[in-house]
Amino acid sequence: MMSDATRIAENARRADIRNRWWLTAPALFILFVAAIGPLLVVLLYSFMLKGDFGDVKYGQFSLDGWFSVFFERDIFDDTVGIAEAHVSILWRSVKLSLITTLLTLFIGFPTAYYISIQEPRRRDLLVFMVTIPFWTNILIRTFAMQEVVRNEGVINTLLVWSGIVDRPIQIMYTDWAIFFGMVYVYLPLMVLPLYASMEKIDFRLVEAGYDLYAGRFQVLRRVIIPLVKPGIVAGSILVFIPSLGAYVTPRVLGGGKNLMLGNLIDLQFGQGKNWPLGSALSITLLVIVTVALLFYVRNASKSGGGHGH
Amino acid sequence: MASTANAIDARGVSKVFKGAGQDEVRALDNVSVTIRENEFFTLLGPSGCGKTTLLRLIAGFDFPTEGEILLHGENIALLPPYKRPVNTVFQNYALFPHMTVGQNIAFGLEMLGKPKDEIAARVSEMLKLVRMEELKDRRTSQISGGQQQRVALARALAPRPKVLLLDEPLSALDYKLRKDMQIELKRLQHDTGITFIFVTHDQEEALTMSDRIAVMSKGKILQVGSPHDIYVRPVDHFVANFIGETNFLKGKVISSKGGKATVELAPGGTLLADVPEAGLPKGEISLVVRPENATLVKPGKGDLSGTVETIVYFGTDTHVHLKLTDGTAFMVRQQNAAGSGVDVKTGDKAGIAIAAGTPRILMD
Repeated sequence: MMSDATRIAENARRADIRNRWWLTAPALFILFVAAIGPLLVVLLYSFMLKGDFGDVKYGQFSLDGWFSVFFERDIFDDTVGIAEAHVSILWRSVKLSLITTLLTLFIGFPTAYYISIQEPRRRDLLVFMVTIPFWTNILIRTFAMQEVVRNEGVINTLLVWSGIVDRPIQIMYTDWAIFFGMVYVYLPLMVLPLYASMEKIDFRLVEAGYDLYAGRFQVLRRVIIPLVKPGIVAGSILVFIPSLGAYVTPRVLGGGKNLMLGNLIDLQFGQGKNWPLGSALSITLLVIVTVALLFYVRNASKSGGGHGH
Repeated sequence: MASTANAIDARGVSKVFKGAGQDEVRALDNVSVTIRENEFFTLLGPSGCGKTTLLRLIAGFDFPTEGEILLHGENIALLPPYKRPVNTVFQNYALFPHMTVGQNIAFGLEMLGKPKDEIAARVSEMLKLVRMEELKDRRTSQISGGQQQRVALARALAPRPKVLLLDEPLSALDYKLRKDMQIELKRLQHDTGITFIFVTHDQEEALTMSDRIAVMSKGKILQVGSPHDIYVRPVDHFVANFIGETNFLKGKVISSKGGKATVELAPGGTLLADVPEAGLPKGEISLVVRPENATLVKPGKGDLSGTVETIVYFGTDTHVHLKLTDGTAFMVRQQNAAGSGVDVKTGDKAGIAIAAGTPRILMD
């Protein structure tokens, strides 16, 4: 027999759980409709036969999409080979994203540090200025960057005018232009989390480092970097993931001749009219990001665990 | 050279902080002080008096606007902190949260480039010194406040600094722990033979621990001396008021000879008082009488007379607050030992006898 007290408590607990479901229902609904649902659709599409003019043939199971991600069939003799174009685009994307992440880290770290040691009012102003690019559409920002790097653009005009070079150097439509654009676009995503963790540093820890005979470089290496590690991890993730799927910047500044994964996927849904391949490529990208993320976070928390040097 | 015998010699040190716009804050104003080798020296004063600024100048976190700071005769005023053989125990310990207790203590030694086995030996020696051997591999977040305090001490002492600076290190601890750590600090200073410069706003802490105290106010050092000196012979109102409880009596000097002056008191009567070493101030003077140097006697007897206003019982002693004939407040501390003291009630008239040789004339 339950006593009255336990029965009331049990009812309250049930009501509590029921309320919790009701309260989280809208969020769960949006999560499913906006995130998980589309992902499932993409996953399904990747296993279907491609339609003749785009789309897929519903209900017709096929592994063609996944097959084309990694392999290609010779048109003439039907032999099967590795899809070198896809593999090299994949590798290019990973490489460009890694370099972009490192560049933003090297530029973002001193920037965030500089902001964090200013007086509070100036600090707020500088953080605000870092966020200004977000107000403008990425496409417009990328075209603005085109104006900077093209042959008749700001950089080349200055270089020629100052006599450093005779003729404009080709930056536009090279990897350099892509780096310029990517670093410019993703830098705030690195600076903000770095700043957030630097701002939290107790400056007395830095003083304690100096007090205990650590010079500037040692204080940076042994005190500041370990303390802002969460910010470094967050910033790197925030830059690496979107740059792996970057689409606008490589297209506009790279001229579309140096494809990245994002452009390749776009191609399949557009001109290529091969939705299953596009879907399979999307899932491949997702898997790469997830694996890279797990590896990175695991690694970072291990070395940030304070056990060593 | 005689100056090399001193641990620290601050000469004419000023520090001006530039505020927003035209404001300037003179945190230290022409301060000169000598701190001897192997001394427990305390900088005492209320917040904003400049004591922490002076400590930071000695540590090297800030640099003086004027003046020089000598360490064993060598001017270190402009050296960066990592080039000074001086270590600091910070107010909130500032232990590195990403390192274990042992790694924190080893940090300074590693930065000095000591060999690995020497570091290991020194770390265990320090852990033993502060009685923390079992906690070597703990994270600093996993130990209590008192333990963090000990780690901070061990970390600062490990590189064998010439001078150890302590910035209100006990202020975050509760009363009981603070008492224990005061004794612990005295023991550590004795065992290590290192000069300690201790910053506090707690006069009781300063009196019980220090060899010598410098009382500071508004960027100046008002008085330097042993705890006894400062308590018995305060130079001015601020020092007398800041340390211990005090009665002030106003009066005029009638005559003076041989370091003693006869003073006609404002509340009536005359008293023989010590003259400050710097000489008698002009005009009306103030006398300081400690409450324990006054006793209650029968009305009409003694040096002063007044009316009892409140009686506060403290266990070991009783504080009797009186109002003198001219309205001045006066407090008498009577010990509660059997047979001592006079029974009084609120509203009673009473005489006050002041022990000969204890009143002292202030410089302001």
